[in-house]
Amino acid sequence: MTAYILQRLIQSALVLVAVSVAVFFAVYGIGDPVELLVPPQVSAAERLALIKRLGLDLPVWQQYFTFLVNALKGDLGTSFVHGVPVVSLILARLPATFELVLLSMTGAAVIGIPLGLLAGLNPDSRPSRAIMTGTVIGFSLPSFWKGMMLVLLFSVALGWLPTAGRGETVAFLGIQTSLFTTDGLRHLILPSLNLAIPNMALMIRLVAAGTTEAMTQDYVKFARAKGVRRRRIVGRHVLRNILIPVVTVVGIEFGSLVAFSTITETVFSWPGMGKLLIDSIYQLDRPVVVAYVMLATLLFVAVNFIVDVLYAVLDPRVKLSGDMV
Amino acid sequence: MNKPIIPDDTATPLRRKVLRGIRKRPTTRGAGILLACLVLLAVFAPLIAPQNPYDLATLSVMDNRLAPGAASMSGSVYWLGTDAQGRDMVSAILYGLRTSLLVGLLSTLGALTIGVAAGLLAAQLGGMVDALIMRIVDFMLGFPSILVALVLLASVGRGVDKVIFAIILVQWAQYARLMRASALVERRKEYIEAAVNFGLPTPYIMLAHLLPNSIGAVLVVSTINIASAITLEATLSFLGVGVPVTQPSLGLLIANGFDYLLSGEYWIAVFPGLALVLLIMSLNFVGDRLRRSFNVKGG
Repeated sequence: MTAYILQRLIQSALVLVAVSVAVFFAVYGIGDPVELLVPPQVSAAERLALIKRLGLDLPVWQQYFTFLVNALKGDLGTSFVHGVPVVSLILARLPATFELVLLSMTGAAVIGIPLGLLAGLNPDSRPSRAIMTGTVIGFSLPSFWKGMMLVLLFSVALGWLPTAGRGETVAFLGIQTSLFTTDGLRHLILPSLNLAIPNMALMIRLVAAGTTEAMTQDYVKFARAKGVRRRRIVGRHVLRNILIPVVTVVGIEFGSLVAFSTITETVFSWPGMGKLLIDSIYQLDRPVVVAYVMLATLLFVAVNFIVDVLYAVLDPRVKLSGDMV
Repeated sequence: MNKPIIPDDTATPLRRKVLRGIRKRPTTRGAGILLACLVLLAVFAPLIAPQNPYDLATLSVMDNRLAPGAASMSGSVYWLGTDAQGRDMVSAILYGLRTSLLVGLLSTLGALTIGVAAGLLAAQLGGMVDALIMRIVDFMLGFPSILVALVLLASVGRGVDKVIFAIILVQWAQYARLMRASALVERRKEYIEAAVNFGLPTPYIMLAHLLPNSIGAVLVVSTINIASAITLEATLSFLGVGVPVTQPSLGLLIANGFDYLLSGEYWIAVFPGLALVLLIMSLNFVGDRLRRSFNVKGG
């Protein structure tokens, strides 16, 4: 077991290093940040001083080496545009993204699981087919267009909800959040709904497929033969068994939601991490882009690592020998 | 399938089954017809479109942001309105459809070719090559495609060829994994063993036996992936890193319209969006049906 964990840890570290190299050299190619940062009237000497201060005069491999050494100390660089450490810049945007993801994930589960059960119990009925068709639509609609249509319908045409921004925030445990103000919640509804729809569709599909399969299992037949009521069979036996894959997927999807929130945050001008990434790409703020990708990679690697190790702990059939299967 | 299989005197019962599956279901049939229409419209766009939206000389800035159904200065009617440059939306959508479909098809073809080659090599050679290829595949699949493509395009800049390259980069791994899985199953079968014992050269066995017999699942999944390639392109163009402004795809048309959405000029964003959604949904419905008819898992 220890050997397996160690091997996975080494793999994860290699992935991080590989990504850092790839991203650093790719981002190095993004335009010339100095052009954007320096006003045209500045003298050549001042220009050179700035280039030196940003470390842009060094060869790229040397810049990478400095970055790597600092990264190991937890310092991912300083933003060209904002002049503050990028880690704190990104972390400051984290609550906004996190509350969006949290609300949309909860909404997707609360609506998706019952609908999935309904569709899975009577797969050939008319409502079930309508639900399953709905899931294809839910997957199909491009996130940015769906967001725009939500704005067009609920903000422009009906005037019920605000079009953009985060609204009023209050401090909760030292973190600014929109979850506890009416205005904040009103701002949250559309973006989180936009983010929730594909996940809702995914959840419905997973639960429906799991339910249909579970209903043919021996333990369900046995419970039925014993005279257990259908409601109890579904609620106690079936639901518990299908929740395992659902929880796994929810965990993994949490990571990709952070990635997809980029689009939603752009449409709704939501001041989260995704919006920061897009803005930084436009402003050629290289350190922020690199740091964002590194932190996202760290998140994915960590989630994968935890999932793999948990699987190995929970399911003895998983091979621990470290064979590359 | 619970129903008894009725003997069929034609040579390809599977093909008939699939076609019947499409014809009998109204949603799938509708989606199939719609898809065919959209493809035809895109192919013949230069013949159908009232205007060449790329030729700035034919555009009249005086006609900018006209509502649907408005008449132009020269008397013709803009059925879906005009955009900020005075471009006829009907023409812009038809040409945009062309760009979107072109990017979707070419990138899927590219990703398919690379993925199939990698998967086949991994399955056939095994050992270190297999391990290496599959590690790279795992690595690629670990990231959300939008993030990878976004950062890549941010550094290389806009362009149809660059978008296609970015989509190939994020999609090939999926095909490689699927191809390897089905090739591994196929490789255990007796006819392959027979071919090996005949002393046929390995490359020949791979290309003539293994490839045609294990590519089915990959091809089916690729139908749905055309839709996701088109979505990805549209999203990248919306974010401003996709196709160039001179050759707008549907995604870029929507992005252009976004600025005018809040002031009530809905048609610039809504109509290209509808075209995009219809294209993606028809591909998804047809692809989903194909997947079920051929009983392909994953993808």
